Amino acid sequence: MRKAFVPLLALAGLIFMTAPILIMRARYESTMGLVQKIFYFHMPPAMLMLLSAIFCGLISMLYLIKKRPVYDWIAFAAAELTVLYGAMAMVTGPLWARKAWGVWWVWDARLTMSLLLWMVFVSYLLLRRYGGPGSETLAAGLALFGMATSPFVYLSVNIWRTLHPLTSVVPTLPVDFAFALWYAFLGFLLLYIALMTMRVRIEEQRALVDQLYLESEE
Amino acid sequence: MRTRIFLTLMLLRTAALAAQDPQGGFVPVTEVPASEQLPSLPLVITAYAFVWAAFLFYAWTMWKKLGKVEQEITILSAQISKPRAKP
Repeated sequence: MRKAFVPLLALAGLIFMTAPILIMRARYESTMGLVQKIFYFHMPPAMLMLLSAIFCGLISMLYLIKKRPVYDWIAFAAAELTVLYGAMAMVTGPLWARKAWGVWWVWDARLTMSLLLWMVFVSYLLLRRYGGPGSETLAAGLALFGMATSPFVYLSVNIWRTLHPLTSVVPTLPVDFAFALWYAFLGFLLLYIALMTMRVRIEEQRALVDQLYLESEE
Repeated sequence: MRTRIFLTLMLLRTAALAAQDPQGGFVPVTEVPASEQLPSLPLVITAYAFVWAAFLFYAWTMWKKLGKVEQEITILSAQISKPRAKP
């Protein structure tokens, strides 16, 4: 996986550089026009935030059961990437909403729940940073709550009345819209994997440093 | 000289404003005129730029952290492998 880091990063970079061409070539949406182009850089990080939260929860569950450090490293990396992708969705969304809805933010179910999910993972990182010894177990418990929230965030637009577009938008996209979207999604996904690999490597090296310190003291 | 030019310009501006007819009534339209609409391009550019900047910043911080940890490993490994002086 470590050897795959550079090719993954290069491929993701290539996709990121070429995605705007496909996005520009895709037709305009009839009511929103140009501002709808934000969708291609809003939906992939938003979707990956949810998937990353679920992944973090599952890996945290494995850590709580088996107590293997590698699961903790992966869960930590996933939590950090959930916050990164969540920040992207939280910034691009209001930029789109300002033009499409006339306001930067509304406290509807989708937006509020997304913010709460993002804050759960911010608190995960704060706990890891300032929680001291044993914080990894507490953080794993917190990740389970984050995971449990994710399906509600996704389904909130169908359950409650919101301004946000429904989940039916993506499966019914015209071909040129869908192609540009899934191409951009692939770029975001590859970057996620590349950054995850790098982040886990850092945690692995940190564990080695701790081990070396112990050896040097003996 | 400058003061005279300034005063002349001010007088001309006041005269031009006084020459305008006051608005006698409001005319309704169903859509906001194009010149008054919020432009989309700055919003789109900001969104894309933020995503790029966030990725680059995160990758850069990770790269720095990794470099620091690897440097620490090299120093510690060298310390451990060094033969210790006999008491």
